[in-house]
Amino acid sequence: MFNLRRHLSFLLLGALGLIVLPYFISSRFYIDVLTLIFFTAYLGQSWNILGGYAGQFSFGGVMFFGTGAYVSSILLTTFGFPPIFGIFLAILGGAFLGLIVGYMSFRSGLKGSYFALITLAFAELLRVLANSVEFTGGGVGLFLTYAPGLSNLQFETPVGFYYFALVLMFISIVIVYWLEGSRFGAQLVAIRENEDAAEALGIDTLRCKIYAIMIMGAMGGAAGTFYSQKYLYLDPPIAYSIHLSVEMLLVTIVGGMGTIFGPLVGAFVLHSVNEVARHFIDTPGLSLIVYGLILIIIIGYLPNGLIGAFKKKGKKSGSSSLDKKRSREDS
Amino acid sequence: MNKSIFKTNTSRRNFLGGTAATVALTAGVGTPWIAQAASNVKIGLIHPATGWAAYPAAQLRYGAQLAIADINAAGGIKSMGGAQLEALLGDSQTKPEIGAAEVEKMNEAGVHAIQGCYQSAVGLAASAAAAKYNIPFSVDVGVSDKLVQRGLPNVFRMADGYGRIARDAATNLGEINRLAGSPAKTVIIVHEESEFGTGTAKLMTAALKEHNIEVIDTIKHANPTRNFDNVALRIKSAKPDIVMPINYPGEYVLLAKTLRQQRVDFMASYSVLGGGFNFKFVDDLPQIADNMIDVNHWYNPSSASGQAMRAKTEADGNYFTFEVYCAYMSVMFLADGFERAGSTDKEAVNAALAGSTIDVDFMPYGKTEMVNGQNMGSRAVAIQAQKGDVQIIAPSEYASAKAVFPRT
Amino acid sequence: MISASLSMLPAAIINGFMYGAIYALVALGLTLIYGVLHIINFAHGAMLMLALYAAFFLFDLFNIDPYFSILIVTPCAFIFGYLIYRYGIGSLAKGKDQNILLITLGLSIIIENGALFFFSGDQQTVNLTYGFDAFDLGFMYLSYPKVISFFAALLMCATLWAAMSLTDLGRAIRAVAKERQGARLVGINVEHIFAVTFGIGIACLGAAGCMMLPIFYVDPYTGNMFVLVAFTIVVLGGMGSVVGALVGGFIIGITESVGGLLLGESLGQIGISLIFILILIFRPTGLFGSKV
Repeated sequence: MFNLRRHLSFLLLGALGLIVLPYFISSRFYIDVLTLIFFTAYLGQSWNILGGYAGQFSFGGVMFFGTGAYVSSILLTTFGFPPIFGIFLAILGGAFLGLIVGYMSFRSGLKGSYFALITLAFAELLRVLANSVEFTGGGVGLFLTYAPGLSNLQFETPVGFYYFALVLMFISIVIVYWLEGSRFGAQLVAIRENEDAAEALGIDTLRCKIYAIMIMGAMGGAAGTFYSQKYLYLDPPIAYSIHLSVEMLLVTIVGGMGTIFGPLVGAFVLHSVNEVARHFIDTPGLSLIVYGLILIIIIGYLPNGLIGAFKKKGKKSGSSSLDKKRSREDS
Repeated sequence: MNKSIFKTNTSRRNFLGGTAATVALTAGVGTPWIAQAASNVKIGLIHPATGWAAYPAAQLRYGAQLAIADINAAGGIKSMGGAQLEALLGDSQTKPEIGAAEVEKMNEAGVHAIQGCYQSAVGLAASAAAAKYNIPFSVDVGVSDKLVQRGLPNVFRMADGYGRIARDAATNLGEINRLAGSPAKTVIIVHEESEFGTGTAKLMTAALKEHNIEVIDTIKHANPTRNFDNVALRIKSAKPDIVMPINYPGEYVLLAKTLRQQRVDFMASYSVLGGGFNFKFVDDLPQIADNMIDVNHWYNPSSASGQAMRAKTEADGNYFTFEVYCAYMSVMFLADGFERAGSTDKEAVNAALAGSTIDVDFMPYGKTEMVNGQNMGSRAVAIQAQKGDVQIIAPSEYASAKAVFPRT
Repeated sequence: MISASLSMLPAAIINGFMYGAIYALVALGLTLIYGVLHIINFAHGAMLMLALYAAFFLFDLFNIDPYFSILIVTPCAFIFGYLIYRYGIGSLAKGKDQNILLITLGLSIIIENGALFFFSGDQQTVNLTYGFDAFDLGFMYLSYPKVISFFAALLMCATLWAAMSLTDLGRAIRAVAKERQGARLVGINVEHIFAVTFGIGIACLGAAGCMMLPIFYVDPYTGNMFVLVAFTIVVLGGMGSVVGALVGGFIIGITESVGGLLLGESLGQIGISLIFILILIFRPTGLFGSKV
């Protein structure tokens, strides 16, 4: 359990630092990089709730992002509905999709890799559908007009989007902090550690898991609106390709599953590695080879993720007791 | 006839890949371009160097760097005291957001102009990002007409967009058809599902009507598609006079192979912006490629500069694909803008580019005239694979050979 | 249009069969790896791509017919897979599922970009002399490469099935798949079996690559377009079941083909995802898998 009091001053300092950072960084490029880091961390955090805390790994996280993006974008292009309200409908859309997918998957008792694969299948299903339906623009996609303004959630400068992403990221951290201290969070962790025992203890595991995926869906939906308002173009590959699903789980696992700051740390480290590698290496592919190597090295030597490495002695993150159980099984 | 596939030069090239050429041309490891000479005129190149479009990106980079080397060798930008051109390489990784981020990065590195991006979606995002700083942006390859319809004063395109290409494709087909006695009346379009294929297909359907050619079926397919057998059978049963593929290289080749395997008969395969139609295709699969027609960006084979560029490209171990000369043309266009503006001042350069009348001798173009950023002199020509080589067959003023139509 | 479509149904079904056998090849390796080691190998597509390139270079540089290359590529792929698991995945992952995921992800990034770096992004095809010869069935043609690949796939499945059912090694693998701890208790070297199984799985990919090259093409990203289909087949057929992979392959191949016929080649893809979801909901162990 994360001890807020102990780290409060450090955290406040960090938050304040991020808030005033744009005034000290004149490079819009680095602002943009940070924005993408926050965006990825935010999505990773949504995955973290279902995957890190509840122990249900999803490979289809992108579907909430894509659906949210389509909801607010279609409302905008067809009805002129302002994204500042549209984002809430995107959130609802994502949550609703989470409800459907969660109900269908969990009700059938799917766990582990079966659950992961069915989420992948749902995302793919949505991609094919989005390609074939008129109101999503089909394969052609949706083009949004450039019209900066708060009601459009569009900003003239990267700094505006920086704060947008920062707010999302802060909210995600608050959500997970609340989760860690709440009964619901404890129930999720119980489900993760031993679902049958949790059920025996009287926890309604089905309901808890569905709530968790609905939160993930809601968060993903907002991210979709963010993206479409920033890049002004949406098509089925952007909305539903596996890449973002992988990125979500990647940053969280590397940073540390089941921890509050895991996704943020993971996003920061991985994006930095990528940027540094590309900065020095121009030859196509070579920088990504380096990235892949570093990824394997990090995971190989820090099996609990980056945050887990700091918590080796003393305070344990929730996942470590489960790790012991797993490694016993396989030895 | 069993032609040996063992091509000494190209197979070694295949084996070592573009490695040698790429390493020789790219900035190499350890020299961050952010910290280089300030007096150079910096041209940013943003292409999908990693990802499914890596090959076209490599060709685009090659063409651009060839142009930069040639212009520098000829004295650089003379009105700026012989200032040398310098390439800043950016990888969009096929994603619009990364393309836009590269623009920000290049802007901070003091870039004076940017060219890119192969994919229209990335081009849209990147050029919009460049517009914030009024950086001159030249689309080397990118066919969506939305690129030049946004009223942005910094965006230009020397080559055709799909609107004009569709019109040219229909006109060329009409001409070829008429010269043969108008045997063709029906077309089936097979197109990929995204904006490129769908948009072009729509335009073609409308444009062909004016030439009394009817599109009797439009078959949309996924990206990627592994299996074209049903499509081939559908085409076979509908018996169109012409098959018109509009898709990316992988599917282009698969479809062509399948049509051949199913012995589907038609007067011509007439593709528009056929991703897979190039010298390599003609080399690798001669029995399929023979007599296939494509309408695309193409160079002018009767121009000396075009022939020289082709020779140099092939000597460097690359195929002379359209990306090479489109990128070359784009750099020339930008360099000419700097030359006439006499400085790197963005307003001045954009104005110079808007009034460009540059003569691109190696392209079969009319006079350069920029209207809203689109070069009205651009033209797509109809090319046909004939006996292992590629000839221009329409329009007649650039034709290097007669069309074989209907195919034998 | 519909009546024209229905008359093409027999052809669509046959096409589906042929492609289904090819998909089954890709799924074979996956079902073994997934069924026995319980890991999702993110690098499956990338390794298929390597196999395709191997077959291509053997043809391009030495003029070896891809179907003969199977004899060379398959054992090499086995060794490659064995080593990668033994000294890579197995030791680095320390038994954690999510880490295996990320390590295979890292592998796929390295392999794909390595291929880009060494071979360039250009697509390569092979032009066989008999590539366009075909059997004339009247209402359609069946090209020789497809037919050869079809029977080669059947042969491979049969061989694998026999190996799994009749040999000691096969029994050991099945034991480990069913009951890891128990297998250990009866003296089976589980780590070795894991590595061998992974090796066999990659060997299947090696053979698959050789058989697929004449029909498709290769570039650094080709492998990816078969992965989702392969996973669907694995789940449909049942984890670890060789027969399941074959039958599942046929079902998916036919679904894709008929779906494309009736719904169009774009929407027709939906059949695959739908089957995937329905199987997972109603019968997650698949057609031939054992009850978990």
